[in-house]
Amino acid sequence: MTAALETRHLVKRFGGFLAADDVSLSVEQGARHALIGPNGAGKTTLINLFTGALKPTSGSVLLDGEDITGLPVEQRVKRGLARTFQVNQLFREFTPLESVVLAVNERKELGGSAWRPLVAHGEAVDEAAALLERFKLSDVMDERTSMLPYGRQRLLEIALAFASKPRVLLLDEPAAGVPEDERHEVLNIVRDLPEDVTVILIEHDMELVFSFADRISVLVSGALFTEGTVTKVSADPRVKAIYLGEDA
Amino acid sequence: MSTMSENAGKVSAPVTESVAATQLRRLSAWRAFEIVLWVAAFAAIFLLPSHMLVLTEIAIVALFAISLDLILGYAGIVSLGHGAFFGLGAYAAGIFAKHIYAEPVTGLFVAAAASGIFGFATSFLVLRGSDLTRLMTTLGIALMLAEVANQMAWLTGGADGLSGVMVGPILGLFEFDLWGKTGYIYCLFVLFILTCLARRLVNAPFGLSLKAIKGNPVRAAMVGVPSRRRIVAIYTVAAVYAGIAGALLTHTTSFVSIDVLAFHRSADVLLVLVLGGVGYLYGGIIGAIVFTLLRDWLSVITPQYWMFWIGLVLVIIVVVGRENLGRWHTFLPNSLQERLARVVNWRLGMKLRGEQ
Repeated sequence: MTAALETRHLVKRFGGFLAADDVSLSVEQGARHALIGPNGAGKTTLINLFTGALKPTSGSVLLDGEDITGLPVEQRVKRGLARTFQVNQLFREFTPLESVVLAVNERKELGGSAWRPLVAHGEAVDEAAALLERFKLSDVMDERTSMLPYGRQRLLEIALAFASKPRVLLLDEPAAGVPEDERHEVLNIVRDLPEDVTVILIEHDMELVFSFADRISVLVSGALFTEGTVTKVSADPRVKAIYLGEDA
Repeated sequence: MSTMSENAGKVSAPVTESVAATQLRRLSAWRAFEIVLWVAAFAAIFLLPSHMLVLTEIAIVALFAISLDLILGYAGIVSLGHGAFFGLGAYAAGIFAKHIYAEPVTGLFVAAAASGIFGFATSFLVLRGSDLTRLMTTLGIALMLAEVANQMAWLTGGADGLSGVMVGPILGLFEFDLWGKTGYIYCLFVLFILTCLARRLVNAPFGLSLKAIKGNPVRAAMVGVPSRRRIVAIYTVAAVYAGIAGALLTHTTSFVSIDVLAFHRSADVLLVLVLGGVGYLYGGIIGAIVFTLLRDWLSVITPQYWMFWIGLVLVIIVVVGRENLGRWHTFLPNSLQERLARVVNWRLGMKLRGEQ
């Protein structure tokens, strides 16, 4: 079976600094794949190479077997690659409703439509309403995003990524910064993501990684250090020394 | 994937969906202040017959400022050279009327096409870079165009301006009169139609995606908004609007001065928009009224120094911040504030729970 997301000999150089060092990674369809590594290991760089925010120095990125290395960000989104950000990247002046309607419109190729008002595109509105319901945002959908509690904003962050119907969803520390009492809601949403969506999780919280992921890749100094099942990686003494040791 | 959204669709109550639709409908509903503004503008035809010339000027500046608002207020593209499109439209209309066909509405389309093509071609230069780069690029384009018009005196009249422009009756029916009444009605109709079109555009998915690009370009790309295409499109539309505003000036004055391409046009329109507020279309109209009246009033009381006062107003706006100036109503008593907000934001159409 073709991998959902694959990289081949991916290299990214910032001047003399090697942020991604020959990364060849393969993520199965429908996998729950965690990407871990100490700070500065190049996790964010790798995500940016996946989404197209950065262009690699060399190597390639494949989505469902198709080479997407040359495509800009928005076209990768159209092909089913979405992400959330470690620090919320939201439309602060929009309401959650407007934000989700925007995302649904763009997926439906309605974004260039300049004549009929938003409400006239009924299917998109209904779908946005259903998404807001699913992500428990219905009651605040007409409030300004910047006024929402952080946990709610976090849910909107995931809802926006989900609205583009991704086949591969990159979650960059989904629960980061969420207060304890709102945390379980975010984690439930992450756990309940449909099985056919491939999820790549970047996370520092080992508890979450071990409970959520079925495979783990460990990144150290821009290079892939080891990869395997949760049991294998968590038992690896070298991983413990490099990474888990810090937390343990 | 599809199964999941279908499931979600079944779970959600129909009530939620209709609330969502209502909320979106409210975004594009006509508000009380808009209706009042247009009624007043049309009533002025009969009520202020001796002020037709200044009203005409306001209408033209308003259209020009709306054009700038489309790129600045919606897509977040700053420009110090928007006068280029205004001037190009003015010259296109003048040259077309003088040499080819004197009917003005046809001239509007010609001016729109000329400015639109130039806008499309130069839009690619504002796609990249910071605000500063954009300011300098747009400024540079406007300066170059002004110099080209100056040098091509055989076509444009150069520094003497393009004279001998004979503007025929509108649609062959309505002759321009000495008091400027026809001119005002003409400009007001064009302003009204183009504002309605702009309203549709900014309230449609296209407008929402522009606001998204302005609000958070990183996330906009990440939900699939093709920013470059959208910016090219709105920049072209804005150029068309500015060109039409320029053409209106030519048609109502039967003359094109090299001044239409001067730097102060671009600076003034930015000032007008800052005065009126960006990002809601009517900032251009309100700003044009305030700016024109302020200028006329100041130039009467201090004929030689009115620029000083305009400058002072600009500094105050920037230092105090337009948001704060716009919040003058917060000094009013609470009950009055609420009533005021209700009146201004009253709109046609459906009501939400708890709203009177």
